[in-house]
Amino acid sequence: MMTVEKLEALRKQWKAELDDKHSKETQIIVGMGTCGIAAGARGVMAAILAEVDNRQLKNISVLQTGCIGMCAREVLVDVVRPGEDRITYGSVKPSDVKRIIGEHVVNGNIVEDLVVAKIAKEELA
Amino acid sequence: MHHIKAQVIVFGGTDFGTTAKDIQERFVQELTKKGLKDTVKVMETGGHGYVENGPMVIVYPDGTFYSNVKPEDVAEIVESHICNGQVVDRLLFHDKMTQEQIPEYKEMPFFKKQVRIVLENVGKINPEKIEEYVASGGYEGLAKALTTMQPQEVVDEIKKSGLRGRGGAGFRTGMKWQFARDAKGDKKYIICNADEGDPGAFMDRSVLEGDPHRVLEGMIICAYAIGADEGYIYVRAEYPLAIKRLRNAIAQDEELGFLGDNILGSGFNFRLHIKEGAGAFVCGEETALMASIEGRRGMPRPRPPFPANSGLWGKPTNNNNVETYANIAKIIVKGADWFSSIGTKGSSGTKVFALTGKINNTGLAEVPMGITMREVIFEIGGGIANGRKFKAVQIGGPSGGCLPESLLDLPIDYDALTQVGAMMGSGGLVVMDDSTCMVDVAKFFLNFTQSESCGQCTPCREGTKRMLEILTRITDGQGSESDIALLETLAKNIKLSALCGLGQTAPNPVLSTLHYFRDEYEAHIKDKKCPAGVCENLADFYITDACKGCGLCARNCPVHAISGKPKEQHVIDTTICIKCGTCMSNCPFNAIKKG
Repeated sequence: MMTVEKLEALRKQWKAELDDKHSKETQIIVGMGTCGIAAGARGVMAAILAEVDNRQLKNISVLQTGCIGMCAREVLVDVVRPGEDRITYGSVKPSDVKRIIGEHVVNGNIVEDLVVAKIAKEELA
Repeated sequence: MHHIKAQVIVFGGTDFGTTAKDIQERFVQELTKKGLKDTVKVMETGGHGYVENGPMVIVYPDGTFYSNVKPEDVAEIVESHICNGQVVDRLLFHDKMTQEQIPEYKEMPFFKKQVRIVLENVGKINPEKIEEYVASGGYEGLAKALTTMQPQEVVDEIKKSGLRGRGGAGFRTGMKWQFARDAKGDKKYIICNADEGDPGAFMDRSVLEGDPHRVLEGMIICAYAIGADEGYIYVRAEYPLAIKRLRNAIAQDEELGFLGDNILGSGFNFRLHIKEGAGAFVCGEETALMASIEGRRGMPRPRPPFPANSGLWGKPTNNNNVETYANIAKIIVKGADWFSSIGTKGSSGTKVFALTGKINNTGLAEVPMGITMREVIFEIGGGIANGRKFKAVQIGGPSGGCLPESLLDLPIDYDALTQVGAMMGSGGLVVMDDSTCMVDVAKFFLNFTQSESCGQCTPCREGTKRMLEILTRITDGQGSESDIALLETLAKNIKLSALCGLGQTAPNPVLSTLHYFRDEYEAHIKDKKCPAGVCENLADFYITDACKGCGLCARNCPVHAISGKPKEQHVIDTTICIKCGTCMSNCPFNAIKKG
């Protein structure tokens, strides 16, 4: 049975696990609300998975989230490298994926023409 | 021997001719003037390879890298940087964009004025993983309510917070809960109304898709407070992703024991079901919604009895909207005082708006109550798209109204909006520019309510149909001067006599456009003109001075309504013109306009 103590223990454990993942893995997060999907998020997601597979990249998780509200800028893709800020790219097309992965995920350089905003690493914790 | 405090390296070589040499000499001169000649060392070195960045200077010990430096910049570097420790920003070398240069979300105009309670996690966490919700503080409110508060204390806290229903009318949530709690009966239900149906509204969908556990947590707390052991989420079938994520979230809650028997060891049991709605707008009305859950045709019934006493299957029932439930857990965790400190006196907290229409930043924004419409549209929304002019904003869906520019500085809260003939509604904001015909907009909304009317009561079924006929007549150019008065009479009667909220508010779009844009109605009726050029039958084609006199239009006109000499501006005879548009599509100079 779930108890308050167990919930608090789980909260700590899950938070530690997420922090640990964040410190070791690069996360690629695609906005998969209805607005994102309508703007083509599924194609972008498929292109990301294919590119990660193609390059045999390790320590990458490809994840999904809901709609942050900037529907006009969908498809939104966030990249968080270990210990870095969470960078959001907007109006991403499947053809942009190779650049985002090649330049940012692998080499750590921002893809300037697609970048929208960031969430500072201090706020990610 | 002097102690060297700083070092200046000038990259010269032959790439920049004598400039580098000049820069070095200027440094020596300026440092001598400041009496720093012996403590700051100036060196010149060979080219750096970055020819396109002009002569470059590095100042140590901090290693600041200046590019495109000119001799006349030297005095500033010495004064500001070496003497006062202030880096000269304008000369800083910029390589590739660094993460520091990217704006943070909270600094962007779109997010700056937002206060996110309901949308706190949306777009940040993975909605299909309960781990992420819990790690970000999820189910803390539930734990607090179930183990440290009596049900009545939970109701009191919600009352004290001043939270009002986010679905439209703005009834006080705490009071509603009290009625259901006080109702006699051993079986009680709670319902989450996720039958979001206003044109242009998608707030609830985003919350359900992006953070479903927040809604579930609010519902479980509510059930505990009023003593319900069963709940329904009524969500439209057109939201398949929201349904999928809700089902997933419910399954996770059942597995972990946030739903089921003896939740968190409190002895409280609660089960949740999903009911998929078939998409009838009227089912958003609570009595129709309950009929639909019971398997009957979705039609409203008169109240009393109110659902709090006799609701679903005749049992005491509490209905709240998605966004209302999504506020609950945070109020329990942070307290009623925290919540009521946000927003205005009569309307505490925040409201989520869906920004649509002719606006630059289409999207979702959660703002504190009391913010002005101008801030929402022009700061958060980024203003009107395509550089056009603002004309009106429609708020509150088919039950709401259109507000003109003069009301843009009105603070948004429940009471202020009602006073000006609109209503908060569920939060759809449709922004319209100067190419919009307000009579046409009223017709659009009336067409919507008329086709969504359940047909049960005459004022709504027949009344909205008659109003729509009059509006159609006006936009067709057949309106008569008595039509405005007739519209107003019908509107008043329908408001007073319709059975449910849908019918009672159906005339609002007509009344508010009549109130704020009466001149447009009059132009349609008296001058037979549509000022915005939208209404087909009232728009004339005309040729502008962009015409080169090629004669293509005249040759293609099926009724020979166009005349003119070669190489001179042509003219359309509007008494002959049949408005087929052939001339417009044939003109190579875009010289033919409609209006």
